Amino acid sequence: MKFEHVDGQDRGKIVLYALSTCVWCKRTKQFLGNLGVGFDYVFVDLLQGAEKESAMAELDKWNPRRSFPTLVINGEKCIIGFKEDEIKEALR
Amino acid sequence: MSGDAEKLFSKLDADARKSGYFLNPDSAFTMELVEGLLANEKRYGHQACPCRLADGNRLEDLDIICPCDYRDADLDDFGACYCALYVSKEIAEGKAKAEPLPDRRPVGRNERPQFREKKPGRTDSELSHPVWRCRVCGYLAARDEPPGICPICKATKDRFDRFM
Ligand code: SF4
Repeated sequence: MKFEHVDGQDRGKIVLYALSTCVWCKRTKQFLGNLGVGFDYVFVDLLQGAEKESAMAELDKWNPRRSFPTLVINGEKCIIGFKEDEIKEALR
Repeated sequence: MSGDAEKLFSKLDADARKSGYFLNPDSAFTMELVEGLLANEKRYGHQACPCRLADGNRLEDLDIICPCDYRDADLDDFGACYCALYVSKEIAEGKAKAEPLPDRRPVGRNERPQFREKKPGRTDSELSHPVWRCRVCGYLAARDEPPGICPICKATKDRFDRFM
């Protein structure tokens, strides 16, 4: 799947599922950038066919509501929505 | 920022004011959402909610065509719609801030308003006309057919249910 990588401090594997049109998603992405951590993100709405389905299946494991943004940290913790404090806490 | 976005913003703003709704006063935030609505119109043919994954099929997306069927309940409960394009008067006046909120759209397709089984609340044969209810804003119209466009929230005819 086509994840884009943003360089930054290594805090483990940080994956952001987002939509290209969603402003809360953009804010989450900016927030991670400002924290200076490295992360991968994907705009699911820009994927097609099998790629989109596999992204949604993966997202479903973490967030059965399949809502955006969904942030998965180290394959352990999932934060749904732009929750600044929770994200900051989890990435301390 | 495109001219189209400016135009749509002005239209949404004017419509909102006329009907007692308010757009998010954070104009950068609001303009980004308006751009999102235009992007969705371009790729799907309808202005699907920018913050939800649309299907592309109009009927599948009917409940999340902006303004969505969930806006008013979210305004009541949280003071903002899911995307925070529409906000309460309090937030519009800068007395409170829009916060992210959970999505109330049912996950199951058949629980979504356009697919739910519909029974009119009561059918009263004494009525001279059927009554139609807008699923977005609750506007009622007693006439043979629902209006083409809801005069309050501008939702299209296919978003009305028989109410009585
Ligand atoms: S009213 Fe708000 S939540 Fe609903 S579709 Fe429009 S922008 Fe999205």
